[in-house]
Parts: sequence; structure tokens; C-alpha cells
Amino acid sequence: MRGATKVRWAACAVAVALAATACGGGDGDGGGSGGGADGIVSSSWGDPQNPLEPANTNEVQGGKVLDMVFRGLIRYDPKTGEAKNMLAESIDSKDSQNFTIKLKDGWTFSNGEKVTAKSFVDAWNYGAALKNNQKNAYFFQYIEGYDKVHPESGSASAETLSGLKVVDDLTFTAKLTQKFSLWPDTLGYSAFVPLPKAFYDDHDAWLSKPIGNGPYTIESYAKGSSMKLRKWDDYPGEDKAKNGGVDLKVFTDNNTAYTDLTAGNLDLVDDVPASQLRNVEADLGDRYINTPAGIIQTLAFPFYEKEWDTDDARKVRQGLSMAINRPQITDQIFQKTRTPASDWTSPVLGEEGGFKEGLCGKECTYNKAEAKKLIDEGGGIPGGQLKISYNADTGSHKEWVDAVCNSINNVMGNNKACVGGPVGTFADFRAQVSTQKLTSAWRAGWQMDYPLIQNFLQPLYYTNAPSNDGKWSNQQFDDLVDKANAESDKAKAITTFQDAEKILVTEMPVIPLWYQNGSAGYSDRVDNVALNPFSVPVYEEITVK
Amino acid sequence: MGRYVIRRLLQMIPVFFGTTLLIFLMVNVMGDPIAGLCGDRQCDPATAAQLRSEFGLDKPVWQQYLTYMGNVFTGDFGTAFNGQKVTELMGTAFPITIRLTIVAVVFEVVIGISLGVVTGLRRGRPVDTTVLILTLIVIAVPTFVTGLLLQLLLGVKWGIIKPSVSADPTFDELLVPGLVLASVSLAYVTRLTRTSIAENARADYVRTAVAKGLPRRRVVVRHLLRNSLIPVVTFIGTDVGALMGGAIVTERIFNIHGVGYQLYQGILRQNSQTVVGFVTILVLVFLAANLIVDLLYAVLDPRIRYA
Repeated sequence: MRGATKVRWAACAVAVALAATACGGGDGDGGGSGGGADGIVSSSWGDPQNPLEPANTNEVQGGKVLDMVFRGLIRYDPKTGEAKNMLAESIDSKDSQNFTIKLKDGWTFSNGEKVTAKSFVDAWNYGAALKNNQKNAYFFQYIEGYDKVHPESGSASAETLSGLKVVDDLTFTAKLTQKFSLWPDTLGYSAFVPLPKAFYDDHDAWLSKPIGNGPYTIESYAKGSSMKLRKWDDYPGEDKAKNGGVDLKVFTDNNTAYTDLTAGNLDLVDDVPASQLRNVEADLGDRYINTPAGIIQTLAFPFYEKEWDTDDARKVRQGLSMAINRPQITDQIFQKTRTPASDWTSPVLGEEGGFKEGLCGKECTYNKAEAKKLIDEGGGIPGGQLKISYNADTGSHKEWVDAVCNSINNVMGNNKACVGGPVGTFADFRAQVSTQKLTSAWRAGWQMDYPLIQNFLQPLYYTNAPSNDGKWSNQQFDDLVDKANAESDKAKAITTFQDAEKILVTEMPVIPLWYQNGSAGYSDRVDNVALNPFSVPVYEEITVK
Repeated sequence: MGRYVIRRLLQMIPVFFGTTLLIFLMVNVMGDPIAGLCGDRQCDPATAAQLRSEFGLDKPVWQQYLTYMGNVFTGDFGTAFNGQKVTELMGTAFPITIRLTIVAVVFEVVIGISLGVVTGLRRGRPVDTTVLILTLIVIAVPTFVTGLLLQLLLGVKWGIIKPSVSADPTFDELLVPGLVLASVSLAYVTRLTRTSIAENARADYVRTAVAKGLPRRRVVVRHLLRNSLIPVVTFIGTDVGALMGGAIVTERIFNIHGVGYQLYQGILRQNSQTVVGFVTILVLVFLAANLIVDLLYAVLDPRIRYA
């Protein structure tokens, strides 16, 4: 053996000049074996930012895994985004405030433990409790008792949410602090999934190999580098995996992942790098997907600065919105991976869900003359210059911020009317935004938590809402949102939300820029690849040839 | 010799504290890391406060530094934001980067020094000119260009290698990344060796050795090369540290999850624990490499003595 190895090494040494690295291989990557229903899909991944606890995962890389490993009460249809019952038999309420949740029988975790009402209630209590540092804790804020288990300051005065009560094995009730008719539709978010006992009994072991109730189980997890997920044969749901499993591989750079895809070593890349968009047609042909995702990009303004909170500034903001040539930027800089925005929601909601194309009307349409007129009427840009802050480390924001500024500068006939303001890191950028340090505009983005119009309005524009970083406040808007939440008829609730949205047209608290698309490319080994409204690939539907 | 080593080791202590303090301050200057953990939304204030106290970020910087150093001496490098121990990250990252560095240094030594000797002995000949021009090109072209080009040609067009290495890459997977990483230093080593050889080739002791009738091979290797290697060894020694910490570009191109990757991610996420921990180790590596280089001088040139 030893001799053979030496010969091989010698061969390798000779091959150095040819830069061959195939020597020593032979164990393969495990990904290429088999096809049909047992085929394994290899897919790109990024290192999740937080531990993989459901109520602690707030970004897409960790969300990807939770989506494969867990199923909750509700699941959003991967195609339409519609909320459909999954584990829930029914979620009923007479008054939009007290809900009774009945579970379907027969669901278990992959370790055999039964999914009961307690699995949900315990998981939610864990997620809401301040001491567990769960970043999605605010999802439980509508449940009664949240202010006790998660006070804004000081320590918690209760361990569990008083609004949650287990009735029997398959039934529990939830009492909310306010009327919220669309609340059941929010329960598809991964923070609301049930957790097995193992999660609490041996937390570290669970984190290193999470156990859930979804179509896949985790075979192995090497933190920071890879995860192997395999089909769970006894999965009780209807959306069984149509492939044998998924191998996730962490890439430090999405360009490398893309290169690996074109070289045939990877089946799926769910984030095509901006620099490759020009080549993607040539490289992949029709194996490239570009579909709307529930993300909207906006320009936000500081209403805590007096000069921005005036009626004149309102005109200026409308003018600025009209000064941005959205279609030109989405075509040339984003290669159509963004769609010019004409309202404050997202196309993934669909007309029925509250998306209304053109709701913003002429205020969001490029109009050079009108734009300049409005800005001049409003007394010019407050402070004489618009400085758009953005984080320079990720997301290639510089390009489009410069383009937006160019567009505004053209309209104003002034090369210094608008400039970009780079901030070194995302963390620092967010720190400045959330502590009201910025004195001019900044780039803002919103990725929906659940496909509801409420999620695009209330957390962002309601007075003192958690993500209302500009501190905009409008009584009329707040009243309409309250009214919409109390509305028991879904269609009526949505039109009332749209009425609230119309206030944004005249007030323009943020300028809508464009809806972001999700993009993905895949190899010719796999089929039926699609992205859901959260721009996560629908892994269980993928088939391997 | 022994006393010299001890003195050098003692000198490392203030250097060690100084560099770690500097890094610690620099990471802190970048601002509050917690805000970045919640994506494009505001962290809920209670959770943010809780996280801050858990990571000790609510204390004054000097106190954070003292606590951190105290922990380091008990082997606790803290926890990254994703819940992994920094020591665990080091355990996976360093072996990979060390392997990559070894490959790179071997390339530097073998190819760099041989080319240097060949060109140094044949000054002005076509071989010399060709190699000189080639090294000039290599130095002029940035690493990421060489890396991406090799990746595209060998990985995608010709399919000889895989464009990205596996999670725990073996030496042979690291040949191409190692070559890319070594390329610039390799060119410098070639040039340094060439100059040094060319200079010493005219020295009296070489002429004497040739006059004594020693075989050419022995003259070159024992007399000429040994005396010419001092600047080269200095360069390679300091380069070891640079290669380990400076492989960010190469590691990103070939998807190598080594030290450069962890540092990059740590900086992006403003994870002071990761950054300070890794840089601390790198500082130690640098100091050790420098000491070894100084000791090697004595081996190469017996006239140099340390007392």
C-alpha cells in the first residue's frame, strides 16, 4: 500500500506543472451517486448567522434548513404564497382575538415523538422568553403575556405566555392582546414550528444535529462547512421529498459557487452573483430562474430631524421619488433582477393578498420636469444635499446608490445634489440607522416574514413600530391599520390596509424603489427547481434525473 | 544561544500584549455589532441588551480587554455569534490553512530557489531574461486574477481540477490554490536568490573553491547557495505569517474554509471574539517564525553567533 501511495504521490508531483489535483481522490463527493427518487441534490449554502433554533433564525441561510426540517401549523404555498393548513386541522376565532387551534392527528417528529399541542406551546414559550435571547421573539408579541416574559427593560416576571393554554393533546388556545384577524396567516413563519423534548433536554446535542418534523432529517452537520439532509421515509405529510436528499455546501463567495455550478460540481445555486448576470443566459440557458421574492427596497428618511418632518419636505420627497428613473436602473444595473416598484408591498402577495400595481401612481413614475418643480416648491433638498447612506461590505449597493444619485443630479442639474454615503460594515450601518444617527436618507430593505400586506405596512410605518427607523408617525395611518386588524372579513381587512397604504403616496415616508427577485441557477442533472416567495428553493419538489 | 532564545521569548510578551490590544481597540472602533444580527430590521431592545451583556459588550473597553485576556490564558477564546466556540473554529480553520501554507512554502522553496540559482548562474543569458520577465508579470498581476484565471481554465474549461475544494481539503486538492497563493512570493524568492547568487558567485571563496578543483555541484550547493540564502530565509520566514493571515483572496476564490475565511466573516459580522482570537494566534505564529529565522542565520552562517 505504502509503495502504491508513494507512486501516486510521485505522479502527483510530476503533474504539479499541469496542476492536476485529481490524484489521491477516489472517495468522491458522495453527491453524484444515483439518480431518480434516491438522487442527492447538492446545493450552495451560506454559514447561518445564528444558532439553528427556529425562533432565532432570521436570515435565509438558516431559514433554508428550517424549511426542510420543520413543518408548522400553516405552510405558505410555494407557488402562490397562500397560507394553507399544514399541521393545523383548524384555527378558529369568533372575535379575531381568541383563537382555538386544533391539530391533525398522526404527526410525529423524526425521532418518533408525537407532535402535540404541548410541542407548540412549549416552543412558543421558549421563543418568547427573554432569557433565551431569541431574535424572533417579537413574533410572539401579539400573544397575551408577552410583556411579562419579554419586558422592554428589566427582567421577566413570568416564565410562560399567559395567553397560551393547552386544552388537550391536540388542542390549544391563544389569546391575543389586540384584535388581529389575519393572525393565523402569520403562523407559517418558522418561529412558530413545534419543538421536540430533545430540544430542551439536551440543547447542545440538538443544536449540533437538529431534529424536526419536516420531510428531511439531518444526517450530518459540520458547522460552517456542510450539512447532509436525507429524505425522511416515514414523513406523514403530503409534501414528501421527491429526491433522496440534499447536500448543502457552504461557499465563502457566491462567485465560486456559480463557477462550481458551471463546472458541473454543484446542482443548485440560489444566489446568482450580480457580476455573472450578464453571462447567465449563455451559461445556463433556461436553467436560470428569476422570480419575484417578498423583498422591497426603499429610501428612508429621518423624521426625527425637524427639517425632514415638514410639509415642504413632503413635497421634496415626492419630487425625489419622481426624479428616480427606476426602469433604467433595474434594467442596466440589476439586469432585470429587480422590478420597478409602484406600491409599498410586493408582487408575491398577489392581487388578492393586497398587492396593487400602480397604487403609487405618478408619484413613483419618472418625470423630470415635475420632479424638479416639486423639489423647488418644497424649498430644495433639506440641508442642500441628499446623502444616501448604505453599507459597503455586502450586497453591492454602491452601484445602484450612485445610479439613483445620478438620476437625481440630472434632474436637479447639480452634480452635488445627491451623493452616496458608504458605511464600512452592515452591523455598523444598522447600528447607525437604528439609533437614529443618520441625518439624511439611507437605503432600506424589507424582507417579508409572512406573505401578508400587514407585514409590509405595520412593522415599518406604524408609530414607534420596531422597524420604523425613520420615526415617521401619522395618526390617520395608525387608525386605519388598527381598523384593518380588527376587521374579521379578510377581503375587507386587505382593502382597509390598502387605504392606509394610500396615505404613504401623499406623505412618502419612504420612497419605494424596486421589488427584489430571487434568482437561482441549476445543473442539467436536476429538474422542477423553483423558488418560493421567500426566495428559498423548494427542495422537496426537486427531482434528480 | 539558550540565553538569546530566552531573551527573545521575553521580548515577545510586550509585543503580544501590544498587538492584541491594538486589534481589540480596532474591532471596537467599528461600532456596535449587535445591530447587524437582526438583518434589515431593528433588534428588539430587550434581546439586544441581553446579548450585549452576554458578550460583555456593555462594559467599558478596558474591562472587556482584561476579561478577554484573562479568559485567553485559561484557553477560552470566547464564542462567535453563531454559537460556536472560537477554539472550535480555530480547530477547523488552522489545520486547513497550515496545509495551504505548507504547499505554498514548498512551492516557494523548490521552484523559487531553483529558478533563482539557475538564473543567478546564467546572468544575461536567455533563461535569465525569460525568468525575469515572467517574475515581473507574476508580481504585476494581482492574485485574484491569477486565481480566477486558473480556476476558470483548469476547473471549468479543461475540467482537470474542481473549482472549489472540499470541506476538509487534502494536500493534493490544495496544489493549485497553494501555487496561486505562492505565486507572488515565489517571484520575489526567485529574484532575491538570483541577486544574491550573482553577487556571491564573484566572491573570493567561490573562486578558491573552484580553484581547489571541487566539483561544481559541491561549489554551488555547499558554498555559494548556503551563503546566499540568508536574505531568502528572512523573506520566507516572514512570509509564513503573511501567507497564513493573508490568504483571504485565495481562500475565497477556491472556497477554502481556512483562517482567511474566518477572519473575513468575523470582520463582516464585527465579531470581535473571532477576529481578536485568530489575530492573536497569527501574531504568535509571526513571532515564532521570526525567531526561527534568526536562529537559522546562525546555522547558515557560523560567523553569526548569539550570546
